[in-house]
Amino acid sequence: MKKLWTTLLPLLWLPSAGYCSPWALLDPKGPIAADEKHLILTAFALMLIVVIPVIVMALAFAWKYRASNTGATYAPKWDNSHTVEVVVWTVPAIIVLILGTLVWRSTHALTPEKPIESSVKPLTVEVVAMNWKWLFIYPEQGVASVNRLVIPKDTPVDFRITSDTVMTSFFIPRLGGQIYAMSGMQTNLNLLADQTGTFRGLNTQFSGEGFAGMHFETDVASAEDFANWIDVTKKGDARLDRLSLAKLENPSENVQPIYFSSVEPDLFQAILSKYAPDTPNRLASRCITPSNLIQAQR
Amino acid sequence: MNTMSATIAHDHHDHHDHAEEAKENALFGFWIYLMTDCILFASLFATYAVLDHNYAGGPTSKDIFDLKYVFVETMFLLISSFTNGFAMISMHRADNSRTIKWLMLTALFGLGFIGMEVNEFTHLVLEGSGPGRSGFLSAFFTLVGTHGLHVTTGLVWMSVMMLQLHFKGITPRTSSRLLRLSLFWHFLDVVWVGVFTVVYLMGVL
Amino acid sequence: MFQSVLFGKLTIESIPYENPIIMGAVGASAILTLMLLGWVTQRGQWGYLWREWLTSVDHKRIGVMYLILAGVMMLRGFADAIMMRIHQAYAEGAGHGFLPPEHYDQIFSAHGTIMIIFVAMPFFIGLMNYIVPLQIGARDVAFPFLNSVSFWLTAASAALVMVSLAIGDFSQAGWSGYPPLSELKFSPGPGVDYWIWSLQLGGIGTLLTGINFFVTILRMRAPGMSYMKLPVFTWTILVTTVLIMMSFPVLTVTLALLTLDRYLDMHFFTTGMGGNQMMFANLFWIWGHPEVYIVILPAFGIFSEVVPTFSRKKLFGYASMVYASIAIALLSFVVWLHHFFTMGAGADVNAFFGIATMVIAVPTGVKVFNWLFTMYRGRIEFTTPMLWSIGFIITFAVGGMTGVLLSVPGADFLLHNSEFLVAHFHNMLIPGALFGYLAGFSFWFPKMFGFRLDEKWGKRAFWSWLVGFYVAFMPLYALGFMGMPRRLVHYDNPIWQPYLLVALFGTFLIAYGIFCQITQIVVSVRNREALRDKTGDVWNSHSLEWSLPSPPPFYNFAKIPHVDTLDAFAHMKEMGIPHRAQAPYAPIHMPRNSSLGVIIGAFTFNFGFAMVWHIWLPAAASLLAIIIAIVARASDEDVDYMLSAEEVARIEKNGASASAHNSAGSSSDLITQG
Repeated sequence: MKKLWTTLLPLLWLPSAGYCSPWALLDPKGPIAADEKHLILTAFALMLIVVIPVIVMALAFAWKYRASNTGATYAPKWDNSHTVEVVVWTVPAIIVLILGTLVWRSTHALTPEKPIESSVKPLTVEVVAMNWKWLFIYPEQGVASVNRLVIPKDTPVDFRITSDTVMTSFFIPRLGGQIYAMSGMQTNLNLLADQTGTFRGLNTQFSGEGFAGMHFETDVASAEDFANWIDVTKKGDARLDRLSLAKLENPSENVQPIYFSSVEPDLFQAILSKYAPDTPNRLASRCITPSNLIQAQR
Repeated sequence: MNTMSATIAHDHHDHHDHAEEAKENALFGFWIYLMTDCILFASLFATYAVLDHNYAGGPTSKDIFDLKYVFVETMFLLISSFTNGFAMISMHRADNSRTIKWLMLTALFGLGFIGMEVNEFTHLVLEGSGPGRSGFLSAFFTLVGTHGLHVTTGLVWMSVMMLQLHFKGITPRTSSRLLRLSLFWHFLDVVWVGVFTVVYLMGVL
Repeated sequence: MFQSVLFGKLTIESIPYENPIIMGAVGASAILTLMLLGWVTQRGQWGYLWREWLTSVDHKRIGVMYLILAGVMMLRGFADAIMMRIHQAYAEGAGHGFLPPEHYDQIFSAHGTIMIIFVAMPFFIGLMNYIVPLQIGARDVAFPFLNSVSFWLTAASAALVMVSLAIGDFSQAGWSGYPPLSELKFSPGPGVDYWIWSLQLGGIGTLLTGINFFVTILRMRAPGMSYMKLPVFTWTILVTTVLIMMSFPVLTVTLALLTLDRYLDMHFFTTGMGGNQMMFANLFWIWGHPEVYIVILPAFGIFSEVVPTFSRKKLFGYASMVYASIAIALLSFVVWLHHFFTMGAGADVNAFFGIATMVIAVPTGVKVFNWLFTMYRGRIEFTTPMLWSIGFIITFAVGGMTGVLLSVPGADFLLHNSEFLVAHFHNMLIPGALFGYLAGFSFWFPKMFGFRLDEKWGKRAFWSWLVGFYVAFMPLYALGFMGMPRRLVHYDNPIWQPYLLVALFGTFLIAYGIFCQITQIVVSVRNREALRDKTGDVWNSHSLEWSLPSPPPFYNFAKIPHVDTLDAFAHMKEMGIPHRAQAPYAPIHMPRNSSLGVIIGAFTFNFGFAMVWHIWLPAAASLLAIIIAIVARASDEDVDYMLSAEEVARIEKNGASASAHNSAGSSSDLITQG
């Protein structure tokens, strides 16, 4: 019965509460996603001010001035009106002005590299896109995992992202916006989850035959559960070093989670500088973003 | 085509007007083409600007550019533009044989330029600094090579024009084409000044 | 060694024998082509076809050939679409659809490439070829032979895409071909090379067309036709040609750099060795975004002709329309980055490009309102072209809204690369471009062929397309909000499936729409006598093309008209000025047909094919042959002739179709000779 209900709800266009709604983008589980959802709805509402009149006018004019309605006014030579011109230029312009202000402010507020203000110390996770799976390295905890991201609730997460393959895009819809992963470069994404649960994360940028199988689950756990998970993971015996990394580089898709109890230091930097041999490590550790890549290489 | 029956002796007046209009259209169209070529070179310059420090551990611009050599190369091209100007003057004076001679001289200098460029490229490739060595070298070879390819096209065009002048003399058609060729040649000069400045001069300084 | 000289990378294994779907498609295309060739042979029409069509430099014939090319390629592109929809509808969980990933990936790459480059472009270029010289009172374009070359370059590259079906495969890197995925390291097969060469060679053809029409409109207008008296369609084409000339060289360079990476081991976009993959995205969209307006602006021009004609009014706000077109064109060059807000360029850059994108909504909105106020206080006749226009206005408003939404970087972070994006750009390109072209097609069809199209089937086509569009793409908007990315060959979320089934049903409705259009043409050809347009002004319209007989004689205007006002023909009708040229006539200067266009096209195809397969010798030989053909053309003094005044008088008196020989015939020959 539950199954039927979950199938029917989206068909009724009803985002529902109480469980994980299928409307991923309208069902935020963190402040960034919530702000982005809010932004979509605000912009949408603003645009309806223009779009609804257009649709109504199109239908109304078409009906009222149909050729068979000879009672309607007919003005074949009427081809200009300053009033109309002023209105049709200024109304969209004003709306764009409002939207533009919204864009300027929201873009600066939501820019992915911006740290999230919080009293809790942020968790750093290094993310590597591979063919066709995601590798997560926890540098402070010294563990790593493939296709399973575990993060504590209410803790800002500072994702440092790169790619060991083609261009991909790292996205956890319920937690907020995506960013590209590119080889030889590091992109940054700051997210925060304020509810526990398991949320889908994926690559949205087509990356070859295994693209459809390049997704993972994100477990948002309580602080204790997260600490437990780290402890349990550390008890394993798989080590992530250059050798095991090379094995991981073999293409595979729909990969079940793999956990590593220890990680070779600076492995993430090694993956980065593999594709940017010019970049001294000093610079690499200072984070190469696409916008300062050129300067960084000078 | 079965329109021969419709063809009559050319109406001289109309034909002349039409030829004049066609000539002006062709010149204007060629100008426009050169503008699109400008955008093509602009894209290549932009590419070079993005990649010009991506040495990938390979040689840098200071390692491979020899300003003196390139200066001589540049002189070849500039002089060829000069001689091309003389060819145009001769053409306007309707002096066919002198036009051809000046064009030959122009082509010789152009050939010298290309020869020097090919020589530079060959040396670089033999030293292991070919276009596959780094992003910087790819951008360098492509920008300079595209200009070289244009000059080569100009040389082929010039050869065809010399043959046409030899067989047909200076006619409205050949002179119109010579005019466009000369535009093309000067345009390549301007582009080369950009290449010399952006690639070689700024690369060494 | 010998084999590699002769065949390069090409082997017998390159032909996908084992794939029944591909072989079926190849077989069907081959049978259709053979049937067509057989039919031409049986009727003994090869000579006619060669002399009057394939070698023609007449802009009207070239226009019709572009339209045929667009129609054929649309069937191919649509076949790809319906396969994707069927596949995705059944690719949930345990179901895996019917296509393996390597085939599915080719299909969506080919679908995008074909629909943009080989359907949208030839469709509007066909219409503009036919109509623009007629609208400005010219006898042909500025460079008729170049026009023929442009067409054959486009046809050759379309043929290259079609051949990739049978020999080798097509790109699996998406229509935008982002490296590093499209680099040799990740795409070693010939697919990306087919994509590169078909885009590259076709792009050169388009660039030449752009130059040709720019010069034509600037220099060959009838006396008196100042810029503010240009018909709006011609205005939008003028702006489009500027966009073509400014953006296509960038495409040429972008593809050339990728070619060098793949063929000569260079490092423009590679991972490592100093390559920069972000540069490709920038360069590609510096071309790609203006390209969107290149295909949409001509449709705007068509709506601006259709709406006043069938509202029986003058166009509202002509000057506004012109300025809006120019504004859109200028702005289209400063928005490219909105295709990749998620690359991490920083807040300032993202905000700048987001706002610039929104600003485009202003002139676009003005256009929409001007069409609405053209309808206001009119006497609207709901003919097929008018229905397409009204359907466009409403649907485009929705698409524009989702577009502005995507231009908000914060929103785009969620919606980027999703099915929402897919729905958005189809929402722009189907109503915005295709509805416009189809409106233009039924609007100008009587001008081209001398008889109207059947209205009943036209309206059926419209309603199927309109309803089909909503049913096919509204579910995709919803799926975007559910977090479904584009280009999925398989998914494991059962909630998505019903939406994809609805979308599939919508695709079937569109298929019925296409069926209606084909039927419309067949029915109209059959009833052509009843649908005959004897006046030349079948819709009581306003611009110069309607002052000529339908179809116009091959020289268009026996005497070049003098233009005093905007809507020159409406003015002539109103003032009772005779618009058909009266005797005495003067001889007319005409260009001769030339077989060199076809020959250059054929060698271009050879060149492209040989390059794809690394068969260097034939590639070099083809290139040489092209150069020889150009030199031959340059050495040919006999490229034009004079049509005598008597002959003009005879054709004017008897009408074009009555002229004795073929070259004076008309495009309706294509149908009536059949």
